[in-house]
Amino acid sequence: MKILVAVKRVVDHNVRIRVRPDGSGVETNGVRMSMNPFCKHAVEAAVRLTEAGHANEIVVVSIGPKTSNDVILTALAMGAHRGILIETDAALETLAIAKLLAKVVAEEQPDLVLLGKQAVDDDSNHVGQMLAALTDRPQATFASEIKVDGQTLTVAREVDYGRETIALPLPAIVTADLRLNEPRNAALPMVMKARSKPLAVRPAVDFGVDLTPRLTIETISPPVERVAGRTVGSVSELAAIIVSDVNAMEAI
Amino acid sequence: MSVLVLAEVDNGVLSPATARIVNAASQLGDIDVLVVGSRAAADAAALLGGVRKVLFSDASLLADGFATLLADLASSYDYVVSGASSLGKDVMPRLAAKLDIQPVTDIVAIAAGNRFTRPIYAGNALETVVDGQAKHVLTVRASAFSPVANGYGAPVEALNGDLQSVAKFIAAHRTESDIPDLSTAQIVVGGGVSVGSAEGFALIEKLGRTLGAAIGATRAAVDAGYAPNDWQVGQTGKIIAPDLYIAVGISGALQHLAGIQGAKKIIAINSDAEAPIVKIADVALIGDLFEIVPQLTAELEKSGLKR
Repeated sequence: MKILVAVKRVVDHNVRIRVRPDGSGVETNGVRMSMNPFCKHAVEAAVRLTEAGHANEIVVVSIGPKTSNDVILTALAMGAHRGILIETDAALETLAIAKLLAKVVAEEQPDLVLLGKQAVDDDSNHVGQMLAALTDRPQATFASEIKVDGQTLTVAREVDYGRETIALPLPAIVTADLRLNEPRNAALPMVMKARSKPLAVRPAVDFGVDLTPRLTIETISPPVERVAGRTVGSVSELAAIIVSDVNAMEAI
Repeated sequence: MSVLVLAEVDNGVLSPATARIVNAASQLGDIDVLVVGSRAAADAAALLGGVRKVLFSDASLLADGFATLLADLASSYDYVVSGASSLGKDVMPRLAAKLDIQPVTDIVAIAAGNRFTRPIYAGNALETVVDGQAKHVLTVRASAFSPVANGYGAPVEALNGDLQSVAKFIAAHRTESDIPDLSTAQIVVGGGVSVGSAEGFALIEKLGRTLGAAIGATRAAVDAGYAPNDWQVGQTGKIIAPDLYIAVGISGALQHLAGIQGAKKIIAINSDAEAPIVKIADVALIGDLFEIVPQLTAELEKSGLKR
């Protein structure tokens, strides 16, 4: 089977972001960037399916500026075979991203597309589901386990009530949740080898997709900041506060 | 303007989140509610205030089937709205792409002129967007809106058609408990990895029971196997907005704080006075949770709480 994995370069998830005072956005200049954590789980899942003999080729694709090359290299070092960078400096909406990926799916004809369930910058959680609609494939989002049995995938999904298991025929789209696996850190020889793997760079405008945003971003503002309250000295004092709070609550 | 709300149904029962989603959607226009899979849930949805009618389908659907059904119905509505739940997140982006619409999701505030506010970067920034599209696909965070009052009973209309999903449902692995629904609970007690074990979480649950609270957990506590995954609160778990959140042995990683920003009051019980959670808590008690929690539970039990 052939697997396509889509990955995104985002502000590193450990960085405490700063909202620009003029409301124009989040400061990304001089900030550490890395592969979106959920995308790493998707890459890892693809590599493990290959190691288990279920897949023989992993193509990794990213959409973004030239610098997004580094997350493709990370995926290649983890075990993907070749990369595609769809280059654009524009901030694209998820629908445009999904449409570009649908073009790649049409070209590459992968049996399985793996993506992270959401990117930790815009927290959208859209693209896998949209790609599934545009390619008319079944989807399994928030996957915490993937089993392959011939042309059928059995996927455990993390849902609000616990977990659910669904089966879907290939070709299919799966988005990765955090408990799907523990992504590997590529060893140095793999990092060196990644540089010699094929990586095609193609301008986004060449795909014939309308990339015009549908939404207008009016402002981006920081949330109301919470400040430290007081520290109490004893359990009795805390209990008294809780009792008074709870008794004052409106019953719903 | 007309709105179609996709109801949340859990185990055949209308989820309490639906009343909040209906309330949020009432700012947009006249509301019809679609209930899939449970006639009892459809009858419950008909009692929600401001609902014009309930559409009921007895189909058993997964995301692809939901999106097909909603896409067929969408032609009669200006807005299609659901909660930002695991159902809404699964279905609504798929529906939006089918309709060639850019969705707006995780909405926490609705203003005139189709202005919607949603958190980004784990709630460390708020984005306000204007959606100028002719039709809108939205998800709202139920916890950010209060529930609608009861109404007088709207008609329930059964939908015909034998819709099926390509994907097949195999099994549900439900965390059985009588604990209140986490995403809409008024009080939540949360435990972190310092709770140390599943047995340690029994202390948290006991405290929670005393207060009639739901139980939450950090990602680290879930990963360690101390708590089930549906208790996870944070950027990638559930987003909660209780009146009171009691954080026990939780240091306060950015990703966890993202899930509790809507809490009216935060109480922290932690051994480390320098922990990030203590810096944002309204009230903190510094000390050993294994001593504090049983004592606190005992004091609350004899305090004559009105719950």
